[in-house]
Amino acid sequence: MKFTIKMWRQEGPEIPGSFVEYSIDNVLPEMSFLEMLDNLNEEIIGRGEEPVAFDSDCREGICGMCGLVINGMAHGPKRACTTCELRMREFPDGAVITVEPFRAKGFPVIKDLVVDRGAFDRIIAAGGYVSVNTGSAPDGNAIPISKDIAEKAMDAAACIGCGACVAACPNASASLFTSAKISQLALLPQGHAERKQRALRMVEQMDREVFGNCSNHAECEAACPKSISIDNIARMRREYMKAMR
Amino acid sequence: MTAGAESILNAKIPEGSIQDKWKNHKAGIKLVAPANKRKYTVIVVGTGLAGGAAAASLGELGYNVLNFCIQDSPRRAHSVAAQGGINAAKNYQNDGDSVWRLFYDTVKGGDFRSREANVYRLAEVSANIIDQCVAAGVPFAREYGGTLANRSFGGAQVSRTFYARGQTGQQLLLGCYSALMRQVDEGRVKLYTRREMLDVVLVDGRARGITVRNLVTGEIESYAADAVCLATGGYSTVFFLSTNAVNSNATAAWRCYKKGAFFANPCYTQIHPTCLPQMGETQSKLTLMSESLRNDGRVWVPKKKGDDRPPHQIPEKERDYYLERKYPAFGNLVPRDIASRAAKAMCDDGFGVGPTGYAVYLDFGDAIKRLGKDMIRDRYGNLFAMYHEITDDDPYQTPMKIYPAPHYTMGGLWVDYNLMSTIQGLYVLGEANFSDHGANRLGASALMQGLADGYFVIPATIGDFLAEHRPDGLTTDHDAFRASRNEVDDAVKKLLSIKGNKTVRQYWWEVGRIMWNQVGMGRNEKGLQQAISDIKGLREDYWKNVKVGGSAEDLNKSLEFAGRVADFLELGELMARDALGREESCGGHFREEHQTPEGEALRHDDTFCHVAAWEFKGAGKDPVMHKESLEFENVHLAQRSYK
Ligand SMILES: Cc1cc2nc3c(=O)[nH]c(=O)nc-3n(C[C@H](O)[C@H](O)[C@H](O)COP(=O)(O)OP(=O)(O)OC[C@H]3O[C@@H](n4cnc5c(N)ncnc54)[C@H](O)[C@@H]3O)c2cc1C
Ligand code: FES
Repeated sequence: MKFTIKMWRQEGPEIPGSFVEYSIDNVLPEMSFLEMLDNLNEEIIGRGEEPVAFDSDCREGICGMCGLVINGMAHGPKRACTTCELRMREFPDGAVITVEPFRAKGFPVIKDLVVDRGAFDRIIAAGGYVSVNTGSAPDGNAIPISKDIAEKAMDAAACIGCGACVAACPNASASLFTSAKISQLALLPQGHAERKQRALRMVEQMDREVFGNCSNHAECEAACPKSISIDNIARMRREYMKAMR
Repeated sequence: MTAGAESILNAKIPEGSIQDKWKNHKAGIKLVAPANKRKYTVIVVGTGLAGGAAAASLGELGYNVLNFCIQDSPRRAHSVAAQGGINAAKNYQNDGDSVWRLFYDTVKGGDFRSREANVYRLAEVSANIIDQCVAAGVPFAREYGGTLANRSFGGAQVSRTFYARGQTGQQLLLGCYSALMRQVDEGRVKLYTRREMLDVVLVDGRARGITVRNLVTGEIESYAADAVCLATGGYSTVFFLSTNAVNSNATAAWRCYKKGAFFANPCYTQIHPTCLPQMGETQSKLTLMSESLRNDGRVWVPKKKGDDRPPHQIPEKERDYYLERKYPAFGNLVPRDIASRAAKAMCDDGFGVGPTGYAVYLDFGDAIKRLGKDMIRDRYGNLFAMYHEITDDDPYQTPMKIYPAPHYTMGGLWVDYNLMSTIQGLYVLGEANFSDHGANRLGASALMQGLADGYFVIPATIGDFLAEHRPDGLTTDHDAFRASRNEVDDAVKKLLSIKGNKTVRQYWWEVGRIMWNQVGMGRNEKGLQQAISDIKGLREDYWKNVKVGGSAEDLNKSLEFAGRVADFLELGELMARDALGREESCGGHFREEHQTPEGEALRHDDTFCHVAAWEFKGAGKDPVMHKESLEFENVHLAQRSYK
């Protein structure tokens, strides 16, 4: 297969970027999108030019490190799929593909396709935990948790923190990400002792970072590689309202 | 060559019966007073299960912790990718499990090449790990009655594996990460993301800090501390293609080796039996299909060589369920090394399937008939979906094709019972050390070991050392830090200045090829000698001919990989040397010259019941091997049998 890639290139945070066109040949349909970029970079390095910077690590859809906007869609055209898992067979041979970083005020570009998602860590630091010191835990079976609740909590906990929700949202809101953690810990009995304080602090931290508000577009859910549901956002609002009282 | 030096290794195994060692040791450990802890700085490199748990727990205790990782967030450490589960001797299933049995299984699984005392401690703290994780909000799988669910895993006859769908590593790591971020919030842990440790700094022979490259600005930075904990993961990426994340590397451990930390059993690598077969040369990694699949999937190949009929056209009586045939007691659940080698043997003999002939079937047909599709979906849904996604084949309809791939490294920096390396004040945790798995790791025990080291061992043992080594006001102005920065800076500049005509990736691919072919699943004297000379040649060529893109002053992935590949080109040689010296087969190390008539690994306990710990003697000089002899006082040394 053969493709034309319209690639976002940006030397640094303060330097304006622009699209540069590359063509690439000999792409196999079973190659992942990032393997295609690896090969393109080999050619670029071979020509003595600066390779395109992009993030990735696990390359199996679990670490949340990768993330590109492909043809205008966070993680590309396939539903419930990360950039690293996207295969080239999803694109027609000869296609022109646009590649950009996750764009949001809260995610400043570091270089080319690499962005700074440190805001997510700060949101978790504001309360996305149960305060239990090592060594002080009761027996694991001391608190029974119904299978149904455990599964719901797991659905929310499946978030990989990639930031696609923010990139897809017209307001660049981080509500889906924040609500997934609040939900997980609100569902589980272990999280109950701190639930009020957690909801307040995490929502406040989210607002302090430069993310927009949620206005129920649901683009986040559609872009989420783990299909995290926007029901979590509703739960976060309830938790927050309850905590305000 | 190199063996035979007088042993200078002291494992510091506590006195007493195996059941009492850890208890007694903890009781005798010196303590740092609560008010004094904040005066100590501890560096933790790595934010995986081992590093994350250590940093969080040390922070909780009151130490001033500096925590480093390569990724943009601690939550992305490679532990996140673990699928299948974590072992613990809870005996919740009432199926006869106990600390003793987990200890026994682990020693036997490791083919009698691990240190008994460490393994017993691991089994002992395993139960506390589950409690800790549950309390932190890890959503483990549950039964309808609300209790924790278990599954069984390769090499065990009890159900002791706890899991969270097929994402156990992710959930454990996120639990750990939460605890870590709480300490960050409280100001006790300071996080340094997108940093790569490139050197350890020694002052008077003691680890007092690290030199890192800031991966965003390119700056070379120094950090000082009272002790350094390395939890930087394994080195399977030396094979280029492996199940590990692309940033997994050996660099931190290797640089410590070159500063005096002995490297133990580098040749002990695990090739995991259930991975997707290789597709082409442009592939960047191999995907693991969790071992839990072997609970319900049956492994087979056609009985006829080169039979290329599609699997559903091959009648039952023309299929060879070779694991069930050769190992009736354990069947498809034999340990990984045995399953992998059996797959290789079948394929080498011409029975393999798929386009390359290097794959075997993992068939769920019977399980679907017996349990129904829904039950199978419930158990393995996400794995089936992943397989379907990558291969375009539906495993509900047709058997999976699998083949072994490099997955885990049992070898690593040598540590004593306290997890201290041969460098004073340098501790090594998790996959980066060598300690608990001997020559083969059983499934679901790496997560256990990482968390045991981080949550329970290091918080106890580090105090003993720190109590004796009071803070002395050392800062990064000390000459040792400047010297280390210069050394690192020179190496970076050198790599960029070569401007040759072969990319870093090409060299990585080539060294991986050598390792896979000669230092992989089957090893022999001739092949290993060839590997040593080939790697040497490739290394010389690398330093003359490598082409690294970009500059030193900003984010440059090509440069990051260049440093790591330079280290693989040295480590690979040490692995081959170690494999050459170990003239026996044990666990994942299979020397073709040493096998039983049935083709099983043949150990030589009289000469090789030891840890081989290698000491660096300088560039261009042969390393020296030191032995730590292994005593088996509780588990009787026996030829391993899974028949
Ligand atoms: C696909 C897969 C599935 C697995 N499934 C299971 C399973 O089901 N059960 C099980 O028990 N085990 C499993 N394992 C093994 C297990 O996941 C690992 O052995 C374990 O998680 C390693 O943890 P760690 O903390 O030692 O290292 P890692 O999680 O690898 O963490 C390494 C850390 O060190 C940092 N680092 C590395 N080098 C440097 C450097 N130079 N400078 C700064 N930071 C650095 C990294 O950024 C990272 O934070 C699996 C492994 C793989 C690959
Ligand atoms: S690289 Fe890990 S999710 Fe894509």
